[in-house]
Amino acid sequence: MATGTWAVKTGLAQMLKGGVIMDVVDADQAKIAEDAGACAVMALERVPSDIRKDGGVARMSDPSMIENIKRSVTIPVMAKARIGHFVEAQILESLGIDYVDESEVLTPADESNHIWKHNFTIPFVCGCRNLGEALRRIGEGAAMIRTKGEAGTGNIVEAVRHARSVLGEIERIKSMNKEELMATARDLQAPFELVNQIHETGKLPVVNFAAGGIATPADAALMMQIGVEGVFVGSGIFKSENPQLVAKAIVRATTNYNNPDILAEVSRGLGVAMPGLDVRTMPIEEQLAQRGW
Amino acid sequence: MTRIGVLALQGDFAEHIKMLSSLGVDSSEIRLPSHLDSVDGLIIPGGESTTIVQLMDNFGLTEQIKDLIFSGLPVWGTCAGMIVLAADITDDRPKPMGIIDITVSRNAYGRQVDSFEAVVDIPKLGETPFNAIFIRAPAINSIGDSVEILATLDEGQIIAAQEGNVIVTSFHPELTDDLRFHKYFASVVADNNFRNN
Repeated sequence: MATGTWAVKTGLAQMLKGGVIMDVVDADQAKIAEDAGACAVMALERVPSDIRKDGGVARMSDPSMIENIKRSVTIPVMAKARIGHFVEAQILESLGIDYVDESEVLTPADESNHIWKHNFTIPFVCGCRNLGEALRRIGEGAAMIRTKGEAGTGNIVEAVRHARSVLGEIERIKSMNKEELMATARDLQAPFELVNQIHETGKLPVVNFAAGGIATPADAALMMQIGVEGVFVGSGIFKSENPQLVAKAIVRATTNYNNPDILAEVSRGLGVAMPGLDVRTMPIEEQLAQRGW
Repeated sequence: MTRIGVLALQGDFAEHIKMLSSLGVDSSEIRLPSHLDSVDGLIIPGGESTTIVQLMDNFGLTEQIKDLIFSGLPVWGTCAGMIVLAADITDDRPKPMGIIDITVSRNAYGRQVDSFEAVVDIPKLGETPFNAIFIRAPAINSIGDSVEILATLDEGQIIAAQEGNVIVTSFHPELTDDLRFHKYFASVVADNNFRNN
C-alpha cells in the first residue's frame, strides 16, 4: 500500500473535473458552497477582492479557521500557502488539508523559488500565465494547474488570456517536429521531458482549471468552452448580491457549459454580480498574476 | 452494437470514455434525461458524490436512472458512483439512490493524505493482480445476502461488489491503463442487451 503517489495526487484533481471550487471564509459559507454543489472549497481568511482592498502582507489562514471549515463539509478542502513558503505548506499538510494552493493571491515569501512540491504527501495546485510557467510548476511537483487570471477583479479577461496561451502552446507543440522540441523547451524555460510528453500525448500531464476573475455562469461556461476542465470562483460568489443563487447557477453552467438554453436559464435573476475592476488601468505592482515566474 | 452511457455531470467521466474507446466499445456522455434513451449500460464515475447527486436532481435524472436500473439496465459506480448507488450511508448526506444492498461510509480511509494505491486480487479478472487506486475512498461496511463480493483488501475490507446487473468499486480502474474491469462491465452489458430485451 502506497500513499502520496503521483497517481493518487493527480487522481484527486481528476475527481474535481467539471466542477466548481469556491473560496469560503467561514463554516457557513462552506455549507452554502457544498449545498450549491461545489466540488471543493478553498478555505481562506479574506477573499481576493478584500485582500486587494486591505493591502499589507497576506499570509496562510489561521489553522483553527481552516479546521472549522474542514469539520463543516465532506467535500475536499483546499487552503493557500504563500509562493515559496514551504513551512506554511508543512503546516497545511499537518492539518490534513486535501490540496495546497501555492498562490499568488498571498504575498510571496520567496521571489526566486517556488516550493519543491515532490517532498509532500499532499498534492499542490499552482497558478500559471503560460505553458512554460505551468510546466515549471509541474516539474516542481504540482499535481494540478490553474490559470492565474487576475484574482479579485471580477474581470475574466486575464483568465481568458492565460488559458488561450496555455492551450495554444499545447496545440503548437502537438504539431511540431521532434527537432523543434528542444528549442521550444529552451524558449518556454520548461523541462524538456514535459515538452516532449505534451508532444506525444497532446495534453498537460495534470488537470487544468481556470481561476481569477470568474464572476458569472457565462464566465464559467466561457472558460469551459475554451478548454479548461473546471473552475475556481473566488470573490465572485460571496461578493455578489445572492451568493446561494450565484453559486448554484455557476455549478449548473459548468456542467452544461455547451448548452445555451440551460446557460440562459441559470443566468436569469441572479441580482447584482460582484463589482468589477479594469485590469488595463491597474498599476503593474497591483497585478497579482505578476507574482511568481 | 451496445452503447454504454457515462454520467458526465462532474468527475472523471472522460477517463471512463477513454477506457471504453480503447476497448472499441461505443459510449456517450449523459448530462440530461434525453441522453439516456439510447444506452444499454451506465457508468457513474468518480467525482464528488454530493455534487453529482445534486446535479442529478437539478437536471431531472435521478428518477429516470432509477427506473432504468430497476428495469434491468446494467450500471457500474466507481467511488462517488458507488455512494450514489448504495442502499444506505453512515452519514446523512447525500441521500443515495438505494440501488444495491450495501451500506457505505464516506472518506472511510481518511483524507487525501491517506489516499493510496494497493495491488489486489480480483478473481473475475483472472490471476494477474489489479493496481487499485483509492482517492478519499468510501468503504463498504456491510452487504445484503444477495450481494457478491468481487474483491477485498488483504485485511478483508470489501472494495468491489455486484448484485445482479449492479456493480460497485470503491477504487478507480479508470485511472489506470488496465482495461480488464471495463472489459468485464462491457461483457455484462453485452450479455444483458438491454434495449433489445
